Amino acid sequence: MPEHIVSRKLYFLICGILLSLTLLTWGVALINLGRWNIVLALAIAFSKATLVALFFMHLRYSPRRTQLTLVAGLFWLGILLLLTMSDYLTR
Amino acid sequence: MSTAPTAEVVRREENYLNVSYGIRSWLLTTDHKRIALLYLASVTVFFFLGGVFAVLIRLNLFTPTGDLVSAATYNKLFTMHGVVMIFFFLIPSIPAVLGNFLIPLMIGAKDLAFPRLNLASWYLFNMGGLIVLYSILSGGIDTGWTFYTPFSSVYSNTHVVSTIFGIFIAGFSSILTGLNFIVTIHTMRAPGMTWFRLPLFVWTHYATSLIFVLGTPVIAITLALVAAERLFHLGIFNPALGGDPLLFQHLFWFYSHPAVYIMVLPAMGVTTELITTFARKKLFGYSFVAAASLAIAVIGFLVWGHHMFVAGQSAYAAMIFSLLSYLVAIPSAVKVFNWTATLYKGSVSWATPMLYGLGFIGLFVMGGLTGLFLAALGVDVHVHDTYFVVAHFHYIMVGGAVMGYLGGLHYWWPKISGRLYPEALARFAAIVLFIGFNLTFFPQFILGYLGMPRRYHAYPPEFQVLNVLSTAGASILAIGYLLPMAYFIWSMRYGPAAGPNPWPATGLEWLTPSPPPPHNFDETPTVTWEPYDFPNRPDLKYPSPVVAVRQLGPTPQEE
Ligand SMILES: [Cu+2]
Repeated sequence: MPEHIVSRKLYFLICGILLSLTLLTWGVALINLGRWNIVLALAIAFSKATLVALFFMHLRYSPRRTQLTLVAGLFWLGILLLLTMSDYLTR
Repeated sequence: MSTAPTAEVVRREENYLNVSYGIRSWLLTTDHKRIALLYLASVTVFFFLGGVFAVLIRLNLFTPTGDLVSAATYNKLFTMHGVVMIFFFLIPSIPAVLGNFLIPLMIGAKDLAFPRLNLASWYLFNMGGLIVLYSILSGGIDTGWTFYTPFSSVYSNTHVVSTIFGIFIAGFSSILTGLNFIVTIHTMRAPGMTWFRLPLFVWTHYATSLIFVLGTPVIAITLALVAAERLFHLGIFNPALGGDPLLFQHLFWFYSHPAVYIMVLPAMGVTTELITTFARKKLFGYSFVAAASLAIAVIGFLVWGHHMFVAGQSAYAAMIFSLLSYLVAIPSAVKVFNWTATLYKGSVSWATPMLYGLGFIGLFVMGGLTGLFLAALGVDVHVHDTYFVVAHFHYIMVGGAVMGYLGGLHYWWPKISGRLYPEALARFAAIVLFIGFNLTFFPQFILGYLGMPRRYHAYPPEFQVLNVLSTAGASILAIGYLLPMAYFIWSMRYGPAAGPNPWPATGLEWLTPSPPPPHNFDETPTVTWEPYDFPNRPDLKYPSPVVAVRQLGPTPQEE
């Protein structure tokens, strides 16, 4: 498979975004938003993981089948969360 | 036949067994066929270890007062029986032994996609097994194979963490095997071997591999969380620390219900091969059976809450899980109907593998239908945690998965070893197994319905008759397991040569010599025919000359 070359500039850019998102997580933790604190923290974490997978792990340049593998994993995680919450939210 | 004169030459040729000798050539092999035999040795050891625990359980239940072992020892016995049998025998048995050996042969490949990863997964499996063995020898574990919290994470004084660690390691072997199968089936099929020409054995292993890859990480992390709570007192499952014990059950059964399909889907694959070969008929509804395999794998992930109906789960969630549990019965029933339709008007022969195939269908139907009882909310309240449940899942796991495993071992033994086993003795053993199995587990349905709870070392005296029947059945069952082991070993030295295609069947694995050469095929086969096309293959007729003469004894010559 031909390896996709990612420019050094892009790597540094992503790295910068990740670091500033980390700062953002810390900043948000200092403000009391009630239950929204956890939602925001998880949302930031999720977008950071997405960036790592897309660029550092080259998922963006991978064949469809590899991308599908990630989507399947997320889908199954969704099943786990959805059906577990169907219990917790209706007790 | 024009190939007859060369048969003698082919037999002396290099094969995967005689290509090299010595312990190193086995322990460092990357040949999927040798790794399959390594797995065969490992899982057989664990099967007998788990069997010893089962014997002790049954002996203890011979009398109502539980005279053999104390309550505490009994708790350890059923826990270790479950842990060893489920994680170290049933889950790896068919995929890692038969799947490993056959998938490359069936799709016309030289090996799996990642041969070294394959060897690594055998080492991981044994490493996990040794850690569990250490836990057993140093005092055992008493939580039940389900490790329910907070007992496992706080109160049990036995070797929980080391057992969990062993299972955690062995889990990686499952994941790597599944990954290897998926990539192999996607990328290494021979020319002409389209998805819908794959043997159903391969389809069911594809479905099983999906469960391996998508489910196993969840049990690994869940057990790691139990260990974390036990070691570092993190509040995850223990309510006293702000955790939720039901969260453990959600996470545990998210994997452990689909794990049942890890055991039974490959057995269904074996059964499918056996039924069409020994009915000499094209499989009825190929694409439905293939789709049903995938449907079972996917829907199997949506039903886990049926283990928690009386555990405090919300009534709404219980209703959803009950409904979804009923749904998973549909693809299972599709398979049973397709097998039955394949048998209809076939020329059925009673070879040993076919006895196992038919046995599988009967026992699986019993196990599956009683599963519907348990999926019904009201009935489950009555029989939950009784011997009814024990009987139900032994019909699925022993009656289903072990029957499939043994049927497959018999069917492909001529390919694996190049030898035929003694047919009359093998049929006798299959019948002994069937009788022993039913005598062991059928009484347990009645016991459970009458209210005998599981996991107690003593019971009220009125349950003794049924328990004695069950124990008697278990001793018959034990003979049924020892017999094949004895004659398989015997046949490796004294069995008559099997030839490439003894039954004869249509799969690619039967085109190559038995035992196969190190790289499976001298020339990569090109597939131009449909699977299981027995009606258009008058050259393939049961019994083949070699089986007729060498195994069934002299019979009136046809034609
Ligand atoms: Cu279940």
